[in-house]
Amino acid sequence: MRKVAIYGKGGIGKSTTTQNTVAGLVEMGRKVMVVGCDPKADSTRLLLGGLAQKSVLDTLREEGEDVELDDIRKEGYGGTLCVESGGPEPGVGCAGRGIITSINMLESLGAYEESVGLDYAFYDVLGDVVCGGFAMPIRDGKAEEIYIVCSGEMMAMYAANNISKGIVKFAQSGNVRLGGLICNSRNVDNEKEMIEEFAKKLGTQMIYFVPRHNDVQRAEINRKTVIEWKPDAEQADEYRGLAKAIDGNKMFVVPTPLAIEELEKLLMDYGLMN
Amino acid sequence: MATTTKKKLVQWDPTDVKAELLKKYPPKVARKRAKQIMINEALENETPEIMANVRTIPGIITMRGCTYAGCKGVIMGPTRDIVNITHGPIGCGFYSWLTRRNQTDAGPDGENYMTYCFSTDMQDQDIIFGGEKKLRKAVREAYDLFHPKSIAIFATCPVGLIGDDIHAVAAQMKEEFGDCNVYAFSCEGYKGVSQSAGHHIANNQVFRHLVGLNDEEKPGKFKINLLGEYNIGGDGFEIDRILKKCGITNISTFSGNSTYDQFCSAHTADLNCVMCHRSINYVADMMEEKFGIPWIKVNFIGAEATAKSLRKIAEYFGDKKLIDTVEKVIAEEMPAVAAVAEDVKSRTAGKTAMLFVGGSRAHHYQELFTEMGMKTISAGYEFAHRDDYEGRQVIPSLVLDADSRNIEELEVEADPTRFKPRKSAKDLEKLEKAGFQFKHYDGLNPDMDKGTLIIDDLNQYEAEKLVELMQPDIFCAGIKEKFSIQKLGVPMKQLHSYDSGGPYAGFKGAINFYQEIDRLVGSKVWSYMKAPWQENPQLSGTYVWE
Repeated sequence: MRKVAIYGKGGIGKSTTTQNTVAGLVEMGRKVMVVGCDPKADSTRLLLGGLAQKSVLDTLREEGEDVELDDIRKEGYGGTLCVESGGPEPGVGCAGRGIITSINMLESLGAYEESVGLDYAFYDVLGDVVCGGFAMPIRDGKAEEIYIVCSGEMMAMYAANNISKGIVKFAQSGNVRLGGLICNSRNVDNEKEMIEEFAKKLGTQMIYFVPRHNDVQRAEINRKTVIEWKPDAEQADEYRGLAKAIDGNKMFVVPTPLAIEELEKLLMDYGLMN
Repeated sequence: MATTTKKKLVQWDPTDVKAELLKKYPPKVARKRAKQIMINEALENETPEIMANVRTIPGIITMRGCTYAGCKGVIMGPTRDIVNITHGPIGCGFYSWLTRRNQTDAGPDGENYMTYCFSTDMQDQDIIFGGEKKLRKAVREAYDLFHPKSIAIFATCPVGLIGDDIHAVAAQMKEEFGDCNVYAFSCEGYKGVSQSAGHHIANNQVFRHLVGLNDEEKPGKFKINLLGEYNIGGDGFEIDRILKKCGITNISTFSGNSTYDQFCSAHTADLNCVMCHRSINYVADMMEEKFGIPWIKVNFIGAEATAKSLRKIAEYFGDKKLIDTVEKVIAEEMPAVAAVAEDVKSRTAGKTAMLFVGGSRAHHYQELFTEMGMKTISAGYEFAHRDDYEGRQVIPSLVLDADSRNIEELEVEADPTRFKPRKSAKDLEKLEKAGFQFKHYDGLNPDMDKGTLIIDDLNQYEAEKLVELMQPDIFCAGIKEKFSIQKLGVPMKQLHSYDSGGPYAGFKGAINFYQEIDRLVGSKVWSYMKAPWQENPQLSGTYVWE
């Protein structure tokens, strides 16, 4: 089983990209589990056709110790297994601690056991690596390959660089590696070239360039992935391409994060090219 | 015989001892510790300044406690009719529950919650989803069960990390109940460099939420507050006995065997007497500023010190009858004390002691040792600041670092209705001219001999080294040090909780102390530390028929 975590700046499209890619993997016949690590619990909405999942933490709170895998794991599009970690309301408690508890719970319930027959487990993680709890999916070999979703916007690249620093830290003590950058295009000037160069400087690759298309938005309104909503759409093929690239990926590295000056220079060089 | 005590012959030079203590440290650590180890010159202002109230270097096993311990355990622990609720995991509440041997007298009202341990018992779920709901429930439960006058809430580390708004909960519950004062302390364990920060947080809230609430005139002619006396082993009871005998009314003790009403009435006293300068001098300052109550430093540890303190209080009030009563009481109490002192001195004179405790105890207890003819060869505080070593004159030159700034300082001004100068400017001047000192504390350094070692924030390693090098006859500190010192063959007396002894304050306390120390330093038990074969490896024997 390959254990994959998707990180990236808040609002960059991690959940959307993850679910659409998972749909692509399912089409290829892969068995996938998606674990949402966001207190909002909206990482499996497109696969389940709405926010229909009861989160691990809510279940744990209501049922006490007596939790079963079926209470917290639901089957979605194409047989994907969907889990939402959940968490506190904004402004109270500790969401990071929640993710730790939730992932430990999944493990102790046997969600990753061979008998489940998983090819992939995907962790969709909230925003930047803000505290120890959010780094949980890349600790202790829970996730072994990381993909960072970014765009050519400064803050997205800044966050990607920061996440790389987190990966370096955990790579030293475990076997987590960076699998590449997924560019979720925002139609920035020279975006593809800039991210390719950025990836090279990080010691990794831009594994796929996902162009911007309104079909993504339309599919979301229908609570579906693009592949399910309109299998023959151009954008569906893009996600199939990304799924294929991930499925065939062999390049796993310990990244070399950039110094801030270097990152700024990269932006200047490409941003002012025209 | 292997078991006979060897006569100790210890020769040491303070400079060598200091060098030896520092030898094992890496250079940077040694440089910092060197500033906290001072060889006393015993001449005012000639000693170099000591570094105190700074962070302990990570890796060093410090004697210090945490901020929560200082707030909940030390200051609010000895309050008897306030329900003290720890908001946190159960361990913090349990281990701060009566570990200081706070004694209490439930009084005529019978209200005493000291024997209860209140905690919200936070679980994983409460950390994740926030603990405010559980806290609210706990406060309500305590109120429904006991209907106390007051409920205090204490934050532990995780509460600070997840950001539960305990003050909002307190304010809300106070309003809901109407007849119960609820307030909270942001005393997370990690705040500040030692428990001293916790004392400050506790005292600030007591001053803000309690002092000044009850204006009712209390009976009594000579009314004082006793600040910084925590009734360990019943010390407060003995002091109260003496004060009562002298005709002095103790309105409130901060905070040994204290009640909610005592705190609320504290502003009606006419003099504040400060025992532990470290933990409470700022409250004395604030009470002077807000209510016009002057303060003096007193010490009821040691019979002579007790007599001196009583005379000082009588001199302040300037009443002939009071002065005579105080003299009569001293004359009555002293002979019994002197008789025991005389007796123990034949055995204890010339023996040596080390004191590493608290923020005032390392100073106060030297009085008792002196009265027994014993010499304090090394002493220091766990959590005191520079003024407790060098005297209050250094306060203006204290450097405020980031850690101190993190602890709130209250801005106080004269209360529009309750401020009342207790003495006219003329009377005050007259007293001062006669040598009476207000707001005065010289600190520990001037009372120690030349060449003694004064060490701030002593640690496990240095304590053991110090004992090994200087071979004191007794070592005084807290429970954490007790057994490591005793394993070195030196008797150890806990001066945080008095082991199972006490009281040691006042006249009767002095007698208790003399007898206890005489017993400890005269004990033969330490000579059995080594097994016979460790002393004499070659054992010879004979068969019974030989």
